[in-house]
Amino acid sequence: MKALIPDFVLNAWLSVWGMLPPLMQYLVETTFWIMVVMITVILSVAFTTYFERKVIGAMQGRIGPNRVGPLGLGQPFADVIKLLVKEVIVPTKSNRFLFIIAPLLTLIPALATWAVIPLTDTFVIANIDAGLLYVLSLTSVGVYGVILAGWASNSKYALLGAMRSAAQIVAYEIAMGFALVGVLMAAGSLNLGVITEAQSGGFLNWFLLPLLPLFFVYLISGVAETNRAPFDVAEGESEIVAGFHVEYSGVAFALFFLGEYANIILISALTSIFFLGGYNSFFEGWTFLGEGHFLREPALLWLIIKICFFIFVFFWLRATFPRYRYDQIMRLGWKVFIPVTIVWIVVEGVMSWMKVGPWA
Amino acid sequence: MSKLQSYIKTFTMWELWQGLSVTLRNMFKPAVTVHYPEEKAPQSPRFRGLHALRRYPNGEERCIACKLCEAVCPALAITIESDVGDDGTRRTTLYDIDLFKCIYCGFCEEACPVDAIVETRIHEYHMEEPGENIMTKDKLLAIGDKYDAMISADKAADAKYR
Repeated sequence: MKALIPDFVLNAWLSVWGMLPPLMQYLVETTFWIMVVMITVILSVAFTTYFERKVIGAMQGRIGPNRVGPLGLGQPFADVIKLLVKEVIVPTKSNRFLFIIAPLLTLIPALATWAVIPLTDTFVIANIDAGLLYVLSLTSVGVYGVILAGWASNSKYALLGAMRSAAQIVAYEIAMGFALVGVLMAAGSLNLGVITEAQSGGFLNWFLLPLLPLFFVYLISGVAETNRAPFDVAEGESEIVAGFHVEYSGVAFALFFLGEYANIILISALTSIFFLGGYNSFFEGWTFLGEGHFLREPALLWLIIKICFFIFVFFWLRATFPRYRYDQIMRLGWKVFIPVTIVWIVVEGVMSWMKVGPWA
Repeated sequence: MSKLQSYIKTFTMWELWQGLSVTLRNMFKPAVTVHYPEEKAPQSPRFRGLHALRRYPNGEERCIACKLCEAVCPALAITIESDVGDDGTRRTTLYDIDLFKCIYCGFCEEACPVDAIVETRIHEYHMEEPGENIMTKDKLLAIGDKYDAMISADKAADAKYR
């Protein structure tokens, strides 16, 4: 530090910092960490698009982007510049205010949810006890972006896309909520940090195995929530062009794009935290590695590895499955997932009441 | 299949796993992409690309203005006018091919009794100005002169199948 910053600057900064009231210090510090997390997430979004194109390319026997920069790593930035330079067209008979606000409504909740996500065992921006409720409510707000975009565009395809998305997300939100009820019953808390702590102690303590059906329900509902293939009827380019974002171009479209991928990363992070022990190490229970071995310590790296795996799963699903038919989506949501989760919650409740199983 | 079996198959997502395993296996197979400008797919000597008019080794134009190519052209892309040349032979005064009309079927080449009009294997060409799509006689002869060795080699390679 000394070498980088001259002494008098450092001293001046420290004295100014000392003069600030504690509340101000807290605000500045929190804002700083919010900026760090947000910029990291947005940069990850950029490289997630690159990762998606590479993964799907490899699965289809292609190579994906490889022209811009080494290995095509400059591709996301080229895409961003292209979208920023393009003109934003607002349809004449659209509702201008809602039209502009809709992309923000999809992006902001996806970023705001990161506030409660425990990144390491000591670091979380807002350590609140109702973390799970906060997550559930914010992911629900994200739906409004899609619905408002479809409504404000004043276009029949956009409206159809929004309607489909609304019905689909209502159906899957319930299954998702029920799956999380199972998690909070097992962890005994709504605080994401406590949920992660409850899964410490190695692979067998993760909620993955005891809550296996809920894990699959949550993951698949997560795919449906983010409107990703095979549940992307809201976009359905073969039927309704691009669904809710037909009328969007330039920066407004870029925000939707950002929101969609931020949501993918978010759902991956949440799945890792709820079922795969978040920042806990896979090798934690492996005593032969020796006490205090670095592989057994909880770290941010484990969370990142798990998130990357789930992001990969999203792309893997997209490369594999054709789009679900609309009535099949509804059947899966209402007639399969909700009964499965309810049954599992009852089983779990009875087991913990009888003091058997991992929840006792 | 009994109902129970089908339920088990549904809830273990058996068929979905099968599908996922196919894509996962394909991910580790090498990509089949040809890196186009650096690397090109093989071409047949019969490739039908840009047209050319050929000459005999002594420099005399092959074309005798018989207009068979004009007659056979299904897209009506060829326009020919003819007159008596300086040496008293029948020669074309105008030989235009409209590249926008041409469908590269190769019928002109098939119809030509003296192998004058040919389609070369050149396919990387473009037009920058309006009107450049009309290949005049001069341009066609120039291409024929420039790529004579290549055209002769291609024709020789294909000759035994004709």
